[in-house]
Amino acid sequence: MRILGISAFYHDSAAALLDNGEIAAAAQEERFTRKKHDSGFPHRAIEFCLKQAGLKIDDVDFVVFYDKPFLKFERLLETYLAFAPRGFVSFQKAIPVWLKEKLFQKKLLQDELKKIGVEGDLEKKLLFSEHHLSHAASAFFASPFEEAAVLTMDGVGEWATTSFGHGKGNDLKMVREIHFPHSLGLLYSAFTYYTGFKVNSGEYKVMGLAPYGEPKYTDKILQHLIDLKEDGSFRLDLSYFNYCTGLTMTSQKFHDLFGGPPRQPDKDRLDQRHMDLAASVQDATERIVIQLAGAIQKETGLKNLCLAGGVALNCVANGKLLRKKYFDHIWIQPAAGDAGGALGAALAGHHLFKKQPRKLTPGKDFMRGSYLGPEFTQEEIQTRLESVGAQFTVLDTDSMIDQCARALADEKALGWFQGRMEFGPRALGGRSILGDARSPSMQSVLNLKVKFRESFRPFAPSVLREDVADWFEIGEDSPYMLLVADVVQNRRIAMTEEQKALFGIDKLNIPRSDIPAVTHVDYSARIQTVHADTNPAYHQLISRFKELTGCPVIVNTSFNVRGEPIVCTPEDAFRCFMGTDLDVLAVGGCLMLKEEQDPSLKLNYAEAFELD
Amino acid sequence: MSFFSELWAFMRVRKKFWLLPILIMMVLMGGLIVLTQGSTVAPFIYTLF
Repeated sequence: MRILGISAFYHDSAAALLDNGEIAAAAQEERFTRKKHDSGFPHRAIEFCLKQAGLKIDDVDFVVFYDKPFLKFERLLETYLAFAPRGFVSFQKAIPVWLKEKLFQKKLLQDELKKIGVEGDLEKKLLFSEHHLSHAASAFFASPFEEAAVLTMDGVGEWATTSFGHGKGNDLKMVREIHFPHSLGLLYSAFTYYTGFKVNSGEYKVMGLAPYGEPKYTDKILQHLIDLKEDGSFRLDLSYFNYCTGLTMTSQKFHDLFGGPPRQPDKDRLDQRHMDLAASVQDATERIVIQLAGAIQKETGLKNLCLAGGVALNCVANGKLLRKKYFDHIWIQPAAGDAGGALGAALAGHHLFKKQPRKLTPGKDFMRGSYLGPEFTQEEIQTRLESVGAQFTVLDTDSMIDQCARALADEKALGWFQGRMEFGPRALGGRSILGDARSPSMQSVLNLKVKFRESFRPFAPSVLREDVADWFEIGEDSPYMLLVADVVQNRRIAMTEEQKALFGIDKLNIPRSDIPAVTHVDYSARIQTVHADTNPAYHQLISRFKELTGCPVIVNTSFNVRGEPIVCTPEDAFRCFMGTDLDVLAVGGCLMLKEEQDPSLKLNYAEAFELD
Repeated sequence: MSFFSELWAFMRVRKKFWLLPILIMMVLMGGLIVLTQGSTVAPFIYTLF
């Protein structure tokens, strides 16, 4: 049985294809259209999934959409009704979109599917999953567990914003839900907005900013904004928020409570107060997640937990939850955001709607390292690179690995494009920019000259799985960069009192460990463990780097600049290479050095993309 | 036509017939709004609706 899952029309459109229960392919539309968070129908992603699996659209038995438009419309009506007449401005803006497009999503989907050649009875072929069921299915059915509790948390789906389920074998039952407008994701987004970042993409920045601050406002948040119950359920005091009735996230009452209007990103500089606010919302989120998960463990007695939904991308909260040891094992869906809903919808279709069995391999999840996107043959790579005027040398695998490892050891910034592209927001060594984690200057070089992004943002380490415990306080696998843990004590460099007194961002320039480029100011790091079975080339590269330097840790950041979707094709990679201060680019067996390229091909990349 | 039958079925399953008069009123008001403006791009900070 072949099932195509689709997420679209809100943000992060994607497609995923299941071939007899195996995940054949999955990709986000933005990678093909080069439009960040593209929300259109995922034509290109579907086309790729079919090509990758060697199938035609006729071979697909069912198409499953990731949420239910009518339920969303019900929420919209009931919300406006509950707040009337206050929400009229918002209503005035939302209703035309619904009456012209969103209410007729089924027809829109059917038309789009017909356009790409789907034939037969679409009434039977096109199925709908619920938003949080899709998230839960993407978390449980893709996990390595036979039985697990499932917790999904995000901004909002149809009604649910947080849900808890119980998965066993090929069955998954949703047990309880917290409904809109009470939402942990929207609470976090309110602070993202208030601290001057873009909602739905700036949440990472708030998380990255948090270690620079003190959680001075946590009590205020827990006393005024949210009523957190013992079982982890919560209600927000909506008088502090504006998202139900207005076009912004926070209300005047919120601004009064936290001492001023929202930060204007183009006018106001980030100061200590913003860092304290970030630290506080992060702290409150961690407490809520931990309380929720603890209550679920108590109620179910289960030993495994699966997480999905946008809040599950909060790797700091995930790391703290892991260390609480409520659960023996935690597995987080790498595409935890809405793009992963496409995969979840397909998995829900396969196991829940069509009752197909689930074939578990002990100790292995179903994601294959999340390397589920496009790949290119060496011949294709060479043709594509020649078409854009790249000067490259073709090397065998061993020479390529050796030269790249040497470039890293020489503190060069390396573009690394190998094998299949990752599914999900993290680059995991398929489409990555790599650097030497030991270098004290690597963080600012990569932030300012390569990624063109804010200097406070930390970088994540990739570490050989077998060496992780020697460098970080974690013994678990973290293949998807979704757990944060501290650098081990004996590799830290203590800060002097003088250094401790430095203003937030200045602290980042003080080397805090043997691997300063990936050590945050609180000694934490967002870890990716690299496994020889899922990404052998990347494992070999770090192993060779370790032979040269004694260090099995490198910097890994996504292969893009700020505001750009992660590169998908060799041409995208070459453009990004020529638009930034990357020194070396490795695409398959082709090695490119910046000094050998035609200078006229240089691009002004810093202003090429709308900032996120 | 299938749209209306699906909407009816939805309200039946969800036991939300009480939404019908509100729905009609909102559709009428919304229709007016649609007729008086062109763009369907909603300027939300976050696409909740």
